[in-house]
Amino acid sequence: MRRTLLESLTTGALTEPAPAPDEAALAELARSLERAARARLGRSLSIRHVDAGSCNGCELELHALSNAFYDLERLGLRFVASPRHADVLTVTGPVTKNMREALLRTYDAMPDPKWVVAVGGCARDGGVFAGSYAVAGAVSDVIPVDLHVDGCPPSPISLLKGLLALIHHQGGASV
Amino acid sequence: MTMLDTIAGAQAVDAHRPWPRAIVTDAGWRQAIDALATGRWTLSGLWGDAGAVHMAVIDEGGDIAVLTYACRAGTFPSVGAKHPPAVRLERAIASLFGHTPEGAPDPRPWLDHGVWGVAQPLGARGPARAAERYTFLPVEGEALHQVPVGPVHAGIIEPGHFRFTANGEFVVRVEERLGYVHKGIESLMAGAPPERAAQLAARTSGDSTVAYSWAFAGAVEAALQVQVPQRAVYLRALMAEIERLANHLGDIGAVCNDASFALMHAQTSILRERVLRATDACFGHRLMMDAVVPGGVARDLPAEGAGTIRALIAEVRRVFPRLVELYDKTASLQDRTVTTGIVKPDYARQFGAGGFVGRAAGRAFDARRTIGYAPYDALSFEVPVLEAGDVNARVWIRIREVEQSLSLIEQIIDRLPQGELRADVSVRAACEGMAYREAFRGDVLVWLRLDSGGRVARCHLRDASWFQWPLVEAAIENNIIADFPLCNKSFNCSYSGHDL
Repeated sequence: MRRTLLESLTTGALTEPAPAPDEAALAELARSLERAARARLGRSLSIRHVDAGSCNGCELELHALSNAFYDLERLGLRFVASPRHADVLTVTGPVTKNMREALLRTYDAMPDPKWVVAVGGCARDGGVFAGSYAVAGAVSDVIPVDLHVDGCPPSPISLLKGLLALIHHQGGASV
Repeated sequence: MTMLDTIAGAQAVDAHRPWPRAIVTDAGWRQAIDALATGRWTLSGLWGDAGAVHMAVIDEGGDIAVLTYACRAGTFPSVGAKHPPAVRLERAIASLFGHTPEGAPDPRPWLDHGVWGVAQPLGARGPARAAERYTFLPVEGEALHQVPVGPVHAGIIEPGHFRFTANGEFVVRVEERLGYVHKGIESLMAGAPPERAAQLAARTSGDSTVAYSWAFAGAVEAALQVQVPQRAVYLRALMAEIERLANHLGDIGAVCNDASFALMHAQTSILRERVLRATDACFGHRLMMDAVVPGGVARDLPAEGAGTIRALIAEVRRVFPRLVELYDKTASLQDRTVTTGIVKPDYARQFGAGGFVGRAAGRAFDARRTIGYAPYDALSFEVPVLEAGDVNARVWIRIREVEQSLSLIEQIIDRLPQGELRADVSVRAACEGMAYREAFRGDVLVWLRLDSGGRVARCHLRDASWFQWPLVEAAIENNIIADFPLCNKSFNCSYSGHDL
């Protein structure tokens, strides 16, 4: 164990520079974020994730955000275990009817102010699952959405850009 | 003599490939149930159709057959009554098609949570049944308490509900309730052209997108008797082994992480990310979604791809052995994984558990070897098997399979043939096909019927998890609740692949 730890310390960091926030995402956020919320939250966000019907592809890339290359936490972003501790709710999947209530309850359990990020193509419009008897629809059909991150699944870089847009927007200046 | 010859009065069905399907009588169906209950055959699938149920079975030699029972009165003799692995599959058939398993031990719905607004969505659709409270199995005894967990979990994982009954720290029983991510995939496939159905298959379980795409394509190609170009065959196997490698690396770290050993997780996550980046460079997608299509592959390996993959293999080979040593020599970690969450070999055999769950508990089944399909018949690899059945054994099977996948990837790159990437898959007549492909967590079965108009009339996808989820319940018994995440991660069953 010591050898692996030492080598990690002596070789350079793998972590890459953070990408610039996504322009489109910033524009979308400008419509939904309040100035007061920026002041209150500072440049840090706690994220609660709910898989509302995903194929698990988006979850794999959300996981990747925590690896050494992206290192989400250095940017003030972290995943938390309870919606009560969260500022941001990330939601994946078309919302299945079987998950609709759990999603609503999770959203309701979060304190205000709060934002919802719909992750992946299915979250935007149901994707290939749209129209099924078992699907309630897009995330925005169930709870208000502040930001969409597209992709099937979105790459970790796209996810970072979207989430960084959330933080940057709290800086004060409208973008 | 084939398996179906032993069934009295079995009527073979034409144009079902590559294994036979037969319509059986009541007596024939019961004969098959006996063969399952006595362990001569292994249940490999049980699914509904319009007015019928189908059962896929495998014998010890890896021979396969499909038996069909016509549900004339809307019922069929319960398989689960004598063979427990069939219970959830039958409950799913009742929920989706409305066919009732007569004499079934558990009449509760499965997948259907009473909120779809329709009953039996794949059968004769009826008005939604009245919402009723789902009753968990009773547990009686002094000092027992219940802990409900899910569907929303603390981590970034798929949703499912676990109802624990504990005596102090020890789990007396855990009961799973799944179906939360049921998207109606099989219903969306019905009537769809194969290209659209292939996209749905690719999104049945995102972590196994290559395996599902390949199994779906394999079923289409079997039905149509299409010969896939050799280069495509090898590229498919290359993608499948990369997928296995990425998932196993992720799992090995994640299991250790659930034992609070973060160093391993950090290190394997780096390797996994390197695999995904190389994959992105080679195939234009980190998970290779939609790269395997009916008839062949949609993406070729670029000229520099072989070099990219060789460099990746070298890097994994440089780092991985030290991580294996780290796992093997860290006593505090072994203390958590050894003898935790034991799957008894008898259960693995009875349930026909595939993947590392089965192979860690003495069941030497691997679709690449036991059933066999190209190009694996021309490649050299070992199927590691252990007997202990604990978390540790499931980690070791993955470690050994990482090594095997590295070797397979190398062999494939060495002998990748030149040539076409896709064959024509136009449909001329109605036909049926099925295929097994070994995903990282076990065998995926896809069965389908194409109509004469070239559309998918019925497609069923059976994830390995159907026969692994029930074993999670058995493995956790008498372990402490705090070890459940560790046990569960060591299985890493699919929710989406199961819920469909």
